[in-house]
Amino acid sequence: MDDLEQFKQTYFQECEELLGDLESQLMALEDGERDVDVLHAAFRAIHSIKGGAGAFGFDQLVSFAHTFETVLDLMREEKVELTEDNVLTSVRAGDILADLVNAAQSGDQLPADHGADVLQALTVIAGGDAAAPAAEDGGEEDDGDLEDLDFTPVRIDLEDGAEPSAAGGDAGSESAPLDLDGGAPAVYRIAFRPRTEMLQRANEPLLLIRELKELGTLTATVDVSDLPALPALQHDAAYFSWTFELVTTHDLMAIEDVFEFVTDDCDLSIEMVEETSMPEAPDETAEVAAADDAGTAEPQGAAADGQAGPDKADGAAAADGGEAAKADAPKPSEAKAAKKDKAKSQSAAPAVSAIRVDLDKVDRLVNMVGELVITQAMISQQSDQVLADRYPDLVRGLEQLFQHTRGLQDSVMAIRAQPVKSVFSRMPRLVRELSMQIGKKIRLEMSGESTEIDKTVIEQLNDPLTHMIRNACDHGIEDPDKRVAAGKQAEGTILLSAEQRGGRIVIQIIDDGQGVNRERVFAKAVEKGLVAADANLTDEEIDNLIFSPGFSTAETVSNISGRGVGMDVVRQNIQKLGGRVSVRSEPGKGSNIILTLPLTLAVLDGMIVRVGGESYVIPLTNVIESLSPQDGDISLVAGGGDVISIRGEYIELIYLNQVFSIESNGTQSNGLVVLVEVEGGGKVGLVVDEILGQQQVVIKSLEENFDPIPGIGGATILGDGNVALILDVTGVRSLQVQASAASAASAASAAAKTETIEIEECVA
Amino acid sequence: MTMRILTVDDSQTMRDMLAMTLQGAGYDVVQAENGQEGLDVLKGAEVDLIITDLNMPVMDGFDFIEHVRSDTQHNATPILILTTESAGEKKERGRAAGATGWIVKPFEPEKLLGVIRKVSP
Repeated sequence: MDDLEQFKQTYFQECEELLGDLESQLMALEDGERDVDVLHAAFRAIHSIKGGAGAFGFDQLVSFAHTFETVLDLMREEKVELTEDNVLTSVRAGDILADLVNAAQSGDQLPADHGADVLQALTVIAGGDAAAPAAEDGGEEDDGDLEDLDFTPVRIDLEDGAEPSAAGGDAGSESAPLDLDGGAPAVYRIAFRPRTEMLQRANEPLLLIRELKELGTLTATVDVSDLPALPALQHDAAYFSWTFELVTTHDLMAIEDVFEFVTDDCDLSIEMVEETSMPEAPDETAEVAAADDAGTAEPQGAAADGQAGPDKADGAAAADGGEAAKADAPKPSEAKAAKKDKAKSQSAAPAVSAIRVDLDKVDRLVNMVGELVITQAMISQQSDQVLADRYPDLVRGLEQLFQHTRGLQDSVMAIRAQPVKSVFSRMPRLVRELSMQIGKKIRLEMSGESTEIDKTVIEQLNDPLTHMIRNACDHGIEDPDKRVAAGKQAEGTILLSAEQRGGRIVIQIIDDGQGVNRERVFAKAVEKGLVAADANLTDEEIDNLIFSPGFSTAETVSNISGRGVGMDVVRQNIQKLGGRVSVRSEPGKGSNIILTLPLTLAVLDGMIVRVGGESYVIPLTNVIESLSPQDGDISLVAGGGDVISIRGEYIELIYLNQVFSIESNGTQSNGLVVLVEVEGGGKVGLVVDEILGQQQVVIKSLEENFDPIPGIGGATILGDGNVALILDVTGVRSLQVQASAASAASAASAAAKTETIEIEECVA
Repeated sequence: MTMRILTVDDSQTMRDMLAMTLQGAGYDVVQAENGQEGLDVLKGAEVDLIITDLNMPVMDGFDFIEHVRSDTQHNATPILILTTESAGEKKERGRAAGATGWIVKPFEPEKLLGVIRKVSP
């Protein structure tokens, strides 16, 4: 089945949610939560994972999930105690389950004994109980077992005369049932007495009889002797019983299958009377169907006579020896009808509150809306006062269009948004495990988990967040005795919060630990050559040194946070997402790491600048300030670069016209410097001719059509219809480094001279 | 007249697979995510057959079936339970609640349709 792939996608998405859910339930258990609802929810998650896994034949996953589920089932029924060990095993089982799901998704083959120890532990907890159903379940997957035989496709008689079954389109195409087995027919006598419960479960005797008839030639005798007088008649009680004689080439099991759903709700006996080579003709017995509704007993004339009258259709069928050939006749029209029905059913279909949409489709929509916003901006720019005077209605309409376009854009962006909960929910466990490993007591509090943010941002938030939480646990929160000595509670607290502020999301990690040790940070920074030993930094600047590249203060590299990456990587990741990160700290009281992220990656706030005749967009997240340098601020340093002195700090300058080889078009240059922050926290000054303004731009990716272009992060279309490239400031800086290295190698002095001249031009 | 089938399952995967199989066979399909939603659907629509999962949040399959059976409008509607349990206990509980029959997950489309034909008028 080709559609299987598409279902797999849905399934794995669902698994992700289910696993997240399972994890939070298991964490709750570990926390000592004993509410049975928690167990129910955990059970359901595993159960759903298992259900889908079965459909796709992920056998390893199915059998593990089954054992796991059995244990939880026993727990919720209080047959297994929730000891600490048992809960721990369940938590580990949750991990294995996730591994198995991941393996199934990636197609990797895990070793057959993956998680065998956990499985073993689960089996032990389950006692004997897990083994039996597991075996049964194994059988379930096997194609040739009894369960399968239960459901041999059932043929439907189209000539039944009843309402045409929608599913009947393909039913009549099979050859007559008598030919199926080819063996010698046998005669079975079946005694069938429905009980009232059978009717209450909506099992219709008529349907069973119809099905029996599919198996061969059926004759039926109805016994209505139990039928009471009208006043005593209960509308929902069963009064009739039947005796059938069935001539069939099918075996006993096929007949038992017919009664599969009702065996416990009726008296039934099936015996083989004789083997014969001749179908028996119906004799004086009453025909099948009229007895039908009499099962639910409205007193009919026929029934009152004590004999069911022959139903025409059924009579004919019996006379034909159960021939199904007639069923072929209405096929074409039937097929057409089925098609129509299908179309109808699709339009009339489901009342669900959520749908899953392929991300590509959403992105296409986001792109189209982006185009619309640009077009709209172009039109707005065309509308001037003259137009407004002449066509006031048109201009008013344009204004409305503007509002609606913005609304549309917001709504479309919101489609991509997801609550941060999916990332946050992984953190409690992290904190718990860390605190156990390092022997600290730490409590994690979370707020604002329902804050929504772009899916791509969420996906890339996990690593930085994990790292920062680790850091807070490892470096922030003190050992319990140290805390007590400092007059704090032994248990440290980390607060993880998210909230929306304007167009950005602010995530904070606040701990009540010792704060940044400024002396040590500063000493380390000096030692690493990040700052001069005599530099005069504010407290805040010192705190933020922890984000400098290669900075790590852990004196002994612990296995918690000292993993070769530091907070500088965190900063880089966050910046890649168009976000910023900073830290505020108060010695002895704790630290507050503040992350701000854009709501979406599809638009960005940019500063539009002009360089020669070209416009560029500098992402506003990178911009620190812009200034117009005074004479003497700029000086040449050895090695070929220029620096600008800002409040005593020397900052490298990059001339965008040089980097992008833009001819000056003779316009008057203001020689503006835009101070930007590059990856790793360094600052550079970009020299531009003019700052045109600030606006939100729609990012157009260049990657579809071009190889990566150093220094350029994307493009956008401005309101005037012109294309502007969006700068990747870190890339621009490395271009500059390469360029100066090259020029230094070739003609150092000449290059230096030209550059000096150009500076003067710019500064003039 | 097209038969309309209500499917009640908390798993999107399962609902999708059911819907595809059933619609492919020409049935009308209405979906619900749990028993409570299922009951809500039934308030507003006639359905000819119900297929329901057992383990669901909010309202599980057993409660759902009992509610349906106590409602005069649908007390004679066939209800098939959808379960991975081949273990008798779940089937028994389902039956006790009023289920007409059962379908074992994972199902093959042919089998599913076979069982539906078995219980549908």
